[in-house]
Amino acid sequence: MAVEKFETALKKLEEVVRKLEGGELSLDESLKAFEEGVKLAGFCSGKLNEAEKRVELLLKQKDGTFTREKFRLEDER
Amino acid sequence: MDLFPDKRILTVSQLTSLVRGVIEENFEHVWVEGEVSNLSMPGSGHLYFTLRDAGAQLRCVMFRAAARALRFRPKDGVGLIVRGRLTVFEPRGDYQLIVEYLEPQGIGALQLAFSQLKERLAGEGMFDESRKKPIPRLPRRIGVVTSATGAAIHDILNVLERRFANVEVLLRPVRVQGEGAAAEIAGAVRDFNRYRDIDVMIVGRGGGSMEDLWAFNEEVVARAIHASRIPVISAVGHEVDFTIADFVADLRAPTPSAAAELVIKSKEELEAGVAALSHRLGQAMRHRLAGARGELESLSRSLKDPSMLLGHLVQRVDHSYERLCAAAAAGMRSRAERLDYLRNHLRLVTPAVQLERARERLISLAARGENAIQRIVDRNRESAAVNAGRLHSLSPLLTLSRGYAIACRLPERTAVRDGGSLSPGDRLDLTFQRGGALCVVEESHD
Repeated sequence: MAVEKFETALKKLEEVVRKLEGGELSLDESLKAFEEGVKLAGFCSGKLNEAEKRVELLLKQKDGTFTREKFRLEDER
Repeated sequence: MDLFPDKRILTVSQLTSLVRGVIEENFEHVWVEGEVSNLSMPGSGHLYFTLRDAGAQLRCVMFRAAARALRFRPKDGVGLIVRGRLTVFEPRGDYQLIVEYLEPQGIGALQLAFSQLKERLAGEGMFDESRKKPIPRLPRRIGVVTSATGAAIHDILNVLERRFANVEVLLRPVRVQGEGAAAEIAGAVRDFNRYRDIDVMIVGRGGGSMEDLWAFNEEVVARAIHASRIPVISAVGHEVDFTIADFVADLRAPTPSAAAELVIKSKEELEAGVAALSHRLGQAMRHRLAGARGELESLSRSLKDPSMLLGHLVQRVDHSYERLCAAAAAGMRSRAERLDYLRNHLRLVTPAVQLERARERLISLAARGENAIQRIVDRNRESAAVNAGRLHSLSPLLTLSRGYAIACRLPERTAVRDGGSLSPGDRLDLTFQRGGALCVVEESHD
């Protein structure tokens, strides 16, 4: 769960909510789904507070391969 | 002109009308350039002017609606490129150009190129909506094709700073104006398609003059964007600027900032989304629990009223009992039948009957035995009588009675049949009919 991406977790959360709303689960399954949903919602909220901003340059080498390099904006204004 | 060989005479109106038809049919869409003169805009709002060059002049009129859409005001002496359709103003017998679009000369050349390329590419189907790829909702990595020092990347990173930024930006730096810029932009789009590891691409630059933006109107850029397997968002200049890249891209963003906002979700938006889902999750669970509680209550209600439950049970028992009785009765019936059968059978095999039978059999056997014995006795008696008669006739005694004697040698007492076998001195016992005599052989003879 820890390595899951935000998008995946959000999609799963949507699925869980839909399933639970469908009302076709047994009480036991409903509780399980609910618990999973709570976990997913918590994970998503947590991820939203992590700010992982990465900006890189994609540079092309002479041999046609690509390298990535940290990019820092030079404010020209 | 041999149109009217019978020398039919036309009125001026008829001729003018014919000429008008010929002209309108053949010049309904022309581009023409020249210098403006005699410009006037009376109260009607129409724009009248003459276009001229060194050798000729052309009357032009631009109707109010088209004139109002002009973004600049033409002046006498200015070079213009205009697009329109040729017609004849019959009251004066003048032909004139009804201008639909005009622009200053110079930029006009570019605009002409733009219009022509746009028409050609549209004709190839390159702008078709059906060809447009969907833009991913939550891209993980965004490729950007723009200048590393321009306003566009600056604006995009600003948006990134403000918004939820669980996203990477990968910049492929290119020149966005001047000689070779178009080739670089097209190359960068292709580079990203070879690199692959991005979900969506923003291609663009900040605002500038039409010449500044020109690279994005080049065919090579259009073709590279069209060939891209990665969805492309165009973001060139300001909101009012349209480029060929905008038409061919999967999505046109009015500005680079807007492009970034399209793909970098705002944190608030996402938080609201998660919150909404959490709310629905809770609601659904409460609803499910309420349903379960309802079931439980209806169950416990029937528990609270034992008579009802008992009633059910009693009914079930009754039902079972009925079934049991029916089954038992059926069983009894078949058993009674079997019992009767067995009883009859038993009657037949009871010892008394068997004894009686045995007795009868014994009596009959005894009788048969008696008879048999009697018959044997009788038979033997008869046989004995016969044998006695026969015996009597064979008895030596009868022979003896006729005067014969039996001589037996002593001491063996064997009957003598051959006198030669006797020697003098042998002792013989003679048997007569009555009594006997002991004798000694004096002499034997044959």
